Amino acid sequence: MSKILVSTTVNGEAQEFACDPSTSLLDALRTELHLTGTKEGCGSGDCGACTVSLDGEMVCSCLVLAAEAEGRSIGTVEGIAEGSALHPLQTRFLEHAALQCGFCTPGFLVAAKSLLEKNPDPDETEIRYWLAGNLCRCTGYDKIVRAVQHAAADLRQERTVA
Amino acid sequence: MTSATYHAPASVAEAVGLLSANPAAKVIAGGTDLIVQTRSGRVKPSAYVDIKRIAGVSGIRAFEGGFAIGAATPCTALLEDAALCAAWPGVIEAANLIGSVQVRNRATMGGNLCNASPAADSVPALIAAGATCVVAGPGGERVVPVSAIPASPGRTSLAPGEFVVEIRLPAQPANASDAYLRAIPRTEMDIAVAGAGVALVMEGGVCKSARVSLGAVAPTVLLVEAAGAALVGTTLDDAALDAMGEAVRAACKPIDDKRGTASYRTHTAAVLARRAALIARDRAGAKA
Ligand SMILES: Cc1cc2nc3c(=O)[nH]c(=O)nc-3n(C[C@H](O)[C@H](O)[C@H](O)COP(=O)(O)OP(=O)(O)OC[C@H]3O[C@@H](n4cnc5c(N)ncnc54)[C@H](O)[C@@H]3O)c2cc1C
Ligand code: FES
Ligand code: FES
Repeated sequence: MSKILVSTTVNGEAQEFACDPSTSLLDALRTELHLTGTKEGCGSGDCGACTVSLDGEMVCSCLVLAAEAEGRSIGTVEGIAEGSALHPLQTRFLEHAALQCGFCTPGFLVAAKSLLEKNPDPDETEIRYWLAGNLCRCTGYDKIVRAVQHAAADLRQERTVA
Repeated sequence: MTSATYHAPASVAEAVGLLSANPAAKVIAGGTDLIVQTRSGRVKPSAYVDIKRIAGVSGIRAFEGGFAIGAATPCTALLEDAALCAAWPGVIEAANLIGSVQVRNRATMGGNLCNASPAADSVPALIAAGATCVVAGPGGERVVPVSAIPASPGRTSLAPGEFVVEIRLPAQPANASDAYLRAIPRTEMDIAVAGAGVALVMEGGVCKSARVSLGAVAPTVLLVEAAGAALVGTTLDDAALDAMGEAVRAACKPIDDKRGTASYRTHTAAVLARRAALIARDRAGAKA
């Protein structure tokens, strides 16, 4: 079976990899590009642990073929911090103990970042519906929602100061 | 997974050529059904034909007073078209009940239709709306009602080499609207136990025409003409709504499964159709 050569942008950097036609974007990120922050929980679109952004929209990378990424721009959890400076979402997740085992966290961070880009001031219901495709077996969600609310406030503050 | 190939054709003709040459090829739109089914081994495509790079197959345009929606347009993109949301709120809400935001950023109404699940959420709303679709194939293009596409669970009436290029919603009169409701065991991320789409045209408080379509209560999504007829000429008073409910229950041929018993599905379909009819009426009134 012939491999497909894919040129794409991941977290702002040009990347190339070879993959089988049926390989998922999730597998390509983890095995070809060694970006193992993105997790596989279910492989069927139900858990959101594999959430990445594809041309600015969040998707389940387990339900994207790697070949589809040709010429597209992908964002993963590895691209959220700026160097060693954590993103406000990451800081607030830590402060609010919004993670226990942490397996769901990369997906929640990418999804929450996408929410705050579109809606800087979501209410609790909007946050819960937006994150309905991300499952967490540990935290009971409440701490995650609080962390997102807190980070949203931080980002709004940053904006008004800037 | 076996040795499938991947193709991203740039034109409809190229896609038809690939599908015709390859009987086990599969169209991939959002992939949210196809990739799950491939991974579980239920489907073994010999080739993936990605329709998202075909010019004109993504996006929404005005068409004959209504709308033409490219088959590769994801459900969340529908929300950005204000005129479409105002004209057909039921269709847009049905498409945006599918899965999660992650899923809806990829999932298309064309994929929902061609996956041919009896529980597909956007399909009853499209059928109630009288939507048609443009099918391209080796013999050129044809326009068929959306209701003609699903044949049985998982099967469509599409011939080899054919695929859906576009879904068309008709022009909506000012005093008309639609609604879709489904029942699921949770509030998000589940498959309908029953669903009902209703589209109404009202005039001076009286229903001029009505279409009622049901999901998850038969092997394919149903258009229940008797249910629509029960509303025409009425103000949607209790007697008319009861008669519609009776027609809905009579049309249901559901299965028993882990999501619901046949009698629960039948009862629920009638309740949902009644509520959807009232929402559609109020929306039509609010616009008049
Ligand atoms: C977590 C999760 C939750 C879900 N929840 C729901 C839900 O609540 N309600 C619901 O209805 N569905 C749900 N689904 C199923 C799925 O998301 C929808 O059916 C979706 O609309 C499929 O669209 P797609 O573009 O992803 O289709 P694809 O997976 O790309 O295609 C589906 C099938 O249709 C064929 N096809 C696609 N486009 C065309 C075309 N234009 N012409 C001809 N054939 C075509 C494909 O070959 C394939 O057989 C869910 C799926 C997941 C993973
Ligand atoms: S691994 Fe993709 S949604 Fe669970
Ligand atoms: S922290 Fe363990 S699954 Fe969310």
